[in-house]
Amino acid sequence: MAMSFSSLRLLGYRINVVAILASLFILFWAAMALFGTSFAPHSPGKVVDFDYYGPISAEFPLGTDYLGRDILSRILMGASYTVGISLAAVCLACASGVALGMAAAVTGGWIDVVLSRFLDALSSIPSKLFGLVMVAAIGSSTPVLILVLAVIYTPGSYRFARALAVNINTMDFVAVARARGEGTFYLITQEILPNIAGPVLADMGLRFVFIVLLLSGLSFLGLGVQPPYADWGSLVKENIGALAFGAPAVIAPCIAIASLTISVNLLIDNLPTKIRDRSA
Amino acid sequence: MNPQIAMLVIGRLGVALVTLLIVSAVVFAATEMLPGDIVEILLGQAATPEAVAGLREAMHLDEPSVLRYWRWIIGLLSGDLGTSYANDLPIAEMIGDRLTNTLRLAAVTGGVAVPLALTLGITTAMFRGSTYDRVVTTCVVSVISVPEFMIATLAVLVFAVWLNWLPALSFSSGTPGWGEMLRIFAMPVITLCCVITAQMIRMTRAAVIETLRMPYIEMALLKGASRWRIVMRHALPNAIGPIVNAVALSLSYLLGGVIIVETIFNYPGVAKLMVDAVATRDLPLIQSCAMVFCIGYLVLITLADILAIVSNPRLRK
Repeated sequence: MAMSFSSLRLLGYRINVVAILASLFILFWAAMALFGTSFAPHSPGKVVDFDYYGPISAEFPLGTDYLGRDILSRILMGASYTVGISLAAVCLACASGVALGMAAAVTGGWIDVVLSRFLDALSSIPSKLFGLVMVAAIGSSTPVLILVLAVIYTPGSYRFARALAVNINTMDFVAVARARGEGTFYLITQEILPNIAGPVLADMGLRFVFIVLLLSGLSFLGLGVQPPYADWGSLVKENIGALAFGAPAVIAPCIAIASLTISVNLLIDNLPTKIRDRSA
Repeated sequence: MNPQIAMLVIGRLGVALVTLLIVSAVVFAATEMLPGDIVEILLGQAATPEAVAGLREAMHLDEPSVLRYWRWIIGLLSGDLGTSYANDLPIAEMIGDRLTNTLRLAAVTGGVAVPLALTLGITTAMFRGSTYDRVVTTCVVSVISVPEFMIATLAVLVFAVWLNWLPALSFSSGTPGWGEMLRIFAMPVITLCCVITAQMIRMTRAAVIETLRMPYIEMALLKGASRWRIVMRHALPNAIGPIVNAVALSLSYLLGGVIIVETIFNYPGVAKLMVDAVATRDLPLIQSCAMVFCIGYLVLITLADILAIVSNPRLRK
């Protein structure tokens, strides 16, 4: 115990710098997702260069893609798809997962058992495989993608929230509230939720990263965001031919994905322990 | 083995069976959601109503879905996986060869990744906080945070394009010799290893660190035991359960990686078959591949749990 304490304090300054840098990156991509298209130097769908897989130049800061379209503009357009879809999916997954998890912990009994067993079974289908089957069955459009991603990551969120809520549920203040005659809804929203909010938010960040990775993976397989629109995964897929030339067209979207996901991971790793892990 | 462990293990196996049943229901239900009529898609627009009705009956599509689910399950259990919509071949035959290829890839990857990950995981836990630990941990976090296709892309860029050491595609035609074999396997294995090793290092490191926090480790430290002796003699024997658990769990990440890797390197395995089936919407084939993967995944997860139960020293007599 003593060892980990001193090492934390020793590294205190360094850790904060990492967290601040990571947040700056995240804010940057959030801004780009919202307003990116208005900064785009060219129209993302327009062929602007006679050459394909063009190099970095003053006119095309990140080169051009396989049709001669501007990569920077396409990445800025992709930002709104990657970030937007993932954010919507993670909100949906965590809202339903946490609500169900708290409800299961508070009510207990057979509802808890049935819900836990079913969601555990759902989570034992590998995520990429589940995505493949669902997309094969119902096709690929933005609402479907959001829904499928949300369904895939609900069980994990449920399990996490339930484990936290079960601990809070045994506290005296919950027993007092129960004795007062408060209903399940009150218990969940007023007593449990405020006490698990920190870890739940940190968990949501991690899940956001998983969703970004899965969405990019699906798009890379050609099953995610469909042309003419493109997220970062589809951009890599479109320009995979540029690999042989080492052109920026395929490297730039990769860097975009990595910078977003690594930043979120680093930020969460460097959050104060108090927020990140209430159970410890 | 004492009766308590036996009961726990049997219970866990029961849970796995129930889970498999639910999973099969979900896979079946997902493919039921297909909009439009599969028969009309198969026969095209010029089909007569009689032909549609005939094929419907032949494919048992006019029966309630519960009955068809039952038939499908019975078929799976007796080894009859049905026939593919796309090319009318028996699915068991199509999957058979491909499965050997995928398992071979998985075995080679496991053989390389497990020793590597264990060494790195245990040593980083021993030298926690050192520069070595920080470098490895940062690499691990970076690998975990990027999609698998990116690692594959990077591997192609470095080994095939810049260094020109390895071929960018892998296809085994005929019976290649050892050297050829090595070249074919190299790239997919490197990519998969990165993915698996990262997960495994993370979990192994966490498991060993957890053990190093125990009071008896502090006791050994106060006794004056060397760092090696503390880790090898006191910590590792107690951390074996969690470590084996971590290994089995990380191997289940192979599945996600294998889907991407087989697609990128054009490796003739089950995952490639499934991605192609998704493109042609060949439902029976998708269902069977999905079940193959889910079974593999469940076996690994269940194995991880059972090993954790068996190696728990508190249950030992």
